[in-house]
Amino acid sequence: MKGILKKVSQINFGLMSPENIRKMSVTKIVTPDTYDEDGYPIEGGLMDPRLGVIDPGLRCRSCGSKGGDCQGHFGHINLARPVIHVGFADTIHKILRSTCKECGKVLLTESEKLDYKNRIELRLENGVTITPVIKEIYNVARRDKCPHCETEQEDVKIDKPVSIVEGNYKLTASEVRERLENIPEDDYMYIGVNPEVARPEWMVLTVLPVPPVTVRPSITLETGERSEDDLTHKLVDILRINQRLKENMEAGAPQLIVEDLWELLQYHVTTYFDNEASGVPPARHRSGRPLKTLAQRLKGKEGRFRSNLSGKRVNFSARTVISPDPNISINEVGVPEMIAREVTVPIRVTEWNMEKMKEYIMNGPNKHPGANYVIRPDARKIRVYDETKDAIVEKLEPGFVVERHLIDGDVVLFNRQPSLHRMSMMAHEVKVLPYKTFRLNLCVCPPYNADFDGDEMNMHIFQTEESRAEAKSLMRVQEHILSPRFGGPIIGGIHDHISGAYLLTRLGSEFSEEDVFQMVKRARMPLPKSKGRDWTGKEIFSLLLPKDLNMVYKAEICRKCDECLKQECKNDAYVVIENGELKTGAIDEKAYGAFSGKILDSIVKEYGTDAARQFLDSSTKLAIYGIMKRGFTTSTADEEIPQEAKDRIEELLENAERKVENLIAAYHNEELEALPGRSLRETLEMKVMQVLGESRDKSGEIAESYFGMDNHAVIMALTGARGSMLNLTQIAACVGQQSVRGGRIERGYSKRTLPHFHEGELGAKASGFVHSSYKKGLDPIEFFFHAMGGREGLVDTAIRTAQSGYMQRRLVNALQDLNVKADGTVRDNRGIVVQTRYGEDGIDPAKSDYGKVADIDRMIDEMRIKSKAK
Amino acid sequence: MKVEPGDFVDVERVEKVVKKKRAKFPEKLIYEIAEAAERRDLSDDELDELVKEIKKAYQRAKVEQGEAVGTVAAQSVGEPGTQMTMRTFHYAGVAELNVTLGLPRLIEIVDARKKISTPTMAIYFEEDYGADEEFVRTIANRIGKIILSDVLADFSVNYASMSITVEIDEDKIKDKRLDHDEIIGKIEKAFKKVEIDKNVLSFEPTISESKHAIRELRLLADKVRDLQISGVKNIGKVVIRKEGTEWAIHTEGSNLGAVLKMEGVDKVRTTTNDIHEVEKVLGIEAARNSIIHEAQSTMEEQGLTVDVRHIMLVADMMTSDGIVKSIGRHGISGEKASVLARASFEETGKHLLRASIRGEIDHLTGIIENIIVGQPIPLGTGSVGVVMKDKKIGGRK
Repeated sequence: MKGILKKVSQINFGLMSPENIRKMSVTKIVTPDTYDEDGYPIEGGLMDPRLGVIDPGLRCRSCGSKGGDCQGHFGHINLARPVIHVGFADTIHKILRSTCKECGKVLLTESEKLDYKNRIELRLENGVTITPVIKEIYNVARRDKCPHCETEQEDVKIDKPVSIVEGNYKLTASEVRERLENIPEDDYMYIGVNPEVARPEWMVLTVLPVPPVTVRPSITLETGERSEDDLTHKLVDILRINQRLKENMEAGAPQLIVEDLWELLQYHVTTYFDNEASGVPPARHRSGRPLKTLAQRLKGKEGRFRSNLSGKRVNFSARTVISPDPNISINEVGVPEMIAREVTVPIRVTEWNMEKMKEYIMNGPNKHPGANYVIRPDARKIRVYDETKDAIVEKLEPGFVVERHLIDGDVVLFNRQPSLHRMSMMAHEVKVLPYKTFRLNLCVCPPYNADFDGDEMNMHIFQTEESRAEAKSLMRVQEHILSPRFGGPIIGGIHDHISGAYLLTRLGSEFSEEDVFQMVKRARMPLPKSKGRDWTGKEIFSLLLPKDLNMVYKAEICRKCDECLKQECKNDAYVVIENGELKTGAIDEKAYGAFSGKILDSIVKEYGTDAARQFLDSSTKLAIYGIMKRGFTTSTADEEIPQEAKDRIEELLENAERKVENLIAAYHNEELEALPGRSLRETLEMKVMQVLGESRDKSGEIAESYFGMDNHAVIMALTGARGSMLNLTQIAACVGQQSVRGGRIERGYSKRTLPHFHEGELGAKASGFVHSSYKKGLDPIEFFFHAMGGREGLVDTAIRTAQSGYMQRRLVNALQDLNVKADGTVRDNRGIVVQTRYGEDGIDPAKSDYGKVADIDRMIDEMRIKSKAK
Repeated sequence: MKVEPGDFVDVERVEKVVKKKRAKFPEKLIYEIAEAAERRDLSDDELDELVKEIKKAYQRAKVEQGEAVGTVAAQSVGEPGTQMTMRTFHYAGVAELNVTLGLPRLIEIVDARKKISTPTMAIYFEEDYGADEEFVRTIANRIGKIILSDVLADFSVNYASMSITVEIDEDKIKDKRLDHDEIIGKIEKAFKKVEIDKNVLSFEPTISESKHAIRELRLLADKVRDLQISGVKNIGKVVIRKEGTEWAIHTEGSNLGAVLKMEGVDKVRTTTNDIHEVEKVLGIEAARNSIIHEAQSTMEEQGLTVDVRHIMLVADMMTSDGIVKSIGRHGISGEKASVLARASFEETGKHLLRASIRGEIDHLTGIIENIIVGQPIPLGTGSVGVVMKDKKIGGRK
């Protein structure tokens, strides 16, 4: 690996003096034209060959290096008249306001000076920003009379963007510059100018640096037409006006004309720096598009800083659609062969891997485990072609680097945007597979928040041994089973893994030995001893559990009965595991689901991540084959309830609607009693909502009482695999109240929601209560209200993602420099102690047990069992 | 079964064992062990064994040096944001009061807003007073805003005589535990032209121009009705609620300083959700705890679990300078030492230009700065170097 030889230790900021600008310039730019008729750059023009080259092949006239190697050289334009730099206009205004128009001294008394001097020096010593002090000075030093020479001061105002007005007279840039020159160097400190790197008069430009052509390359369109960069356009404008101004001045043109031209020059220079400055119409391209000038290049999300410096485009990456593959490990990722042939891993040739490398090269770039490039020790990169591969193999020696195709077992970085937490980028092992999608194990969907409705993901290939080693020990999927957010598992079984495990392990589920062996074999688990009889599902699942695992918990299917029957639970929700044997209870989401898996959680914490990976791989596979043995499907038939139930629900809802009518009648007759602190209308709304909410819940309960555990939709809802009972009852019984802005629907026409109702109607139906079930179907009015509620949901999500994204960006930006130092303190990059001990106890939440060091009770239990065994 | 915090727990016994095992545990952990020992009735040998095991677990669970705890905390607090509701108003326990919850509230907390959208207080009382409903009601009426129209029996505007006549309802005054004379005093102070005949009062507007006479009469009517006769500044509605065996007051609006001065108010448990007010009244440490508490209860209410340590770190960062600073360009991010870090966050131009006249120096100690110049970042594996012993190299030769 190329070691880090050079290190940038600091960056100094400062202003450029006119002398400096001239000194670093290679040429003076005078002509506003760029190319002559033959298409060659004009000397002294904006494309002067001395400013550097972009075309490969040509040599730079200034440094002699070839195009691509030459980073370009600055030129300069001598401005006919000085011009104010927009970015500093505000500062100039404040400085002029705080200094004497006659003697140039800061309008502070000697004692004030001493005070501020101490404060500024103290701040500088401690590396704290001096801006607040300077701001204070700008305010204090706004005096009517100079304390030094007693001159009366006139009020200096700024007329955005760059005009400085004193009293009623508009100062010209030259006058401003003279004033700034007049400020004594001793006073620089008080106006926030560091005399070592800047002088206030340099904020008024007399000479303009011209950036090298590499900064503003022109592009040749397909038609052969040249298109210049926005900056070049702007510089042409500046040059043109500068030229005219100079000519007019030399010709002794009337003051008025000169001033107009001067103003125009100021405008062009202003928009050259910042085309979005307030108070200036933005300079536009011929097409009407505003030009992207210097400030716009740096600023914002698409600017240089955020888009090119903080984040960079990379090579050795791939992106494609993802699809599921339950047969690969959670640690693996299926990579399409097409991608594996394109992205490469550099391997240094040694005498020990010579043969293997030759094999890769002989396969060439188009046959899978092949090679694309060979890098010679002299750093020349040679592309491997089928025609040249023999020659390359012959020359291959230790010390060469072969860029070979991706093969099984390579470590790669896998990522899905938005990368909201560190589990959004994890290291996987490659498994080269046919077809064109990335394949991933379903257990890693929750951390990436991925599904397969067309999601795409990115893959990056590590190029150095160091990065590979680090990724393998820190970033591997199995190292991230526990989330640092709450110290519980975030990777775990989903959907069919859970319903599968439940069907496998629920009460009374038995399998013939033949079936058992088939399942076990397909899940790639070691074959157990024959029992010579049928197996219960619990016995099969027990094969996966560590032999000394003991635990007791309540499963997701637990109905939270008033009195827990424990082992005798009718629903089989009381899970008891003794010495790695599942005694009672069914396996569901609480066992090994993402976010809540208790068994998974304790396996990671007690047996390590390797064991956890194995457990997850095999248990999910077993669950899948378990579900395949039995078959699992759902349809609207699952939400069918008998006519009797429908009648009961109908009656219930009618009752509720009558109750609402009564409430409304009471409201109209002013018999309704207002709740404390609420108006009558609010009270009515709350009461109506309550009645309708209750009726919906009750109708759900009626529907639920007809659903049994033989119903697949119910199995999914209760085990936590997918969906909820609410979903089911909405399909079967009643959809319920639709809401907009947290209340019943009341918008639409004046005094009514739809023209189908009377004015001022407040009834259930008129305010968006959906009486029908999804299965029965919504009538047009209900459908419309439902769509209103649905739309609010969509808008809500759209706004929320934007808001929470910005909050997270701010949080990350504010906290990113914090880290734990050797002494256990948490400090930022200035060395300021934020916490004397991380989290008050120095515990890493990712390694903790839901925020605690350990589950003490479990430890005691284990200890006692152990000592009993002795 | 659970041992309450106030109960006697033999912490010393555990401390001794911990010392013997040469372990150094945080106080909270020792307390937890002691509590478990009591509850499970551990013998001395068992305790020895337990401490040994916990020492191992503690070693395993410790944060590693260089760990990017800041980024992890930021992600852990920020990531659940996408799962939170946007609905500003929710009913929290007390149905009568609206409280901002979910993402907007979390943003409000990290922003350290000066004016929060729904300030609210929970006022508790000292032991002797908490169960006394009458006392609590009296206090509640002193705190809550009461306007004149709340205690009126009759209100009429007489356009003929150009006057307003109101009748005060003695029962309502009694019900609200107010003082009749005090109210009259307040009315006299607020209105000049008022005739008081026991409970019947009549007001007359000061008419400057006869053209607007009716308008002025109406304005006066509103003024009379809305005259505040009782209450603490900044506090509006109050709600009294029974919590367990004691009575508590919940308010709309907040004024911690004034409420804490009142008689019988429990200074320990009484809180407000306004962080700046906590800072002003109780100091920065209290503000830090307030941030932690507010952020965590916002998360919990949404059913999201976030480890306290993450929220603690955010709170500590916000308060580490002695004043509550916001997360963002006006607070922490705007005061970073590095020019590049500030420029890459927000207001790029401003920071670069200012740095140039100030002659600032960027020492490249932070994360973004090093990413920008293309160097390894000083965090995690980048915060350490490898040193090779000379001898070994020599030995190999």
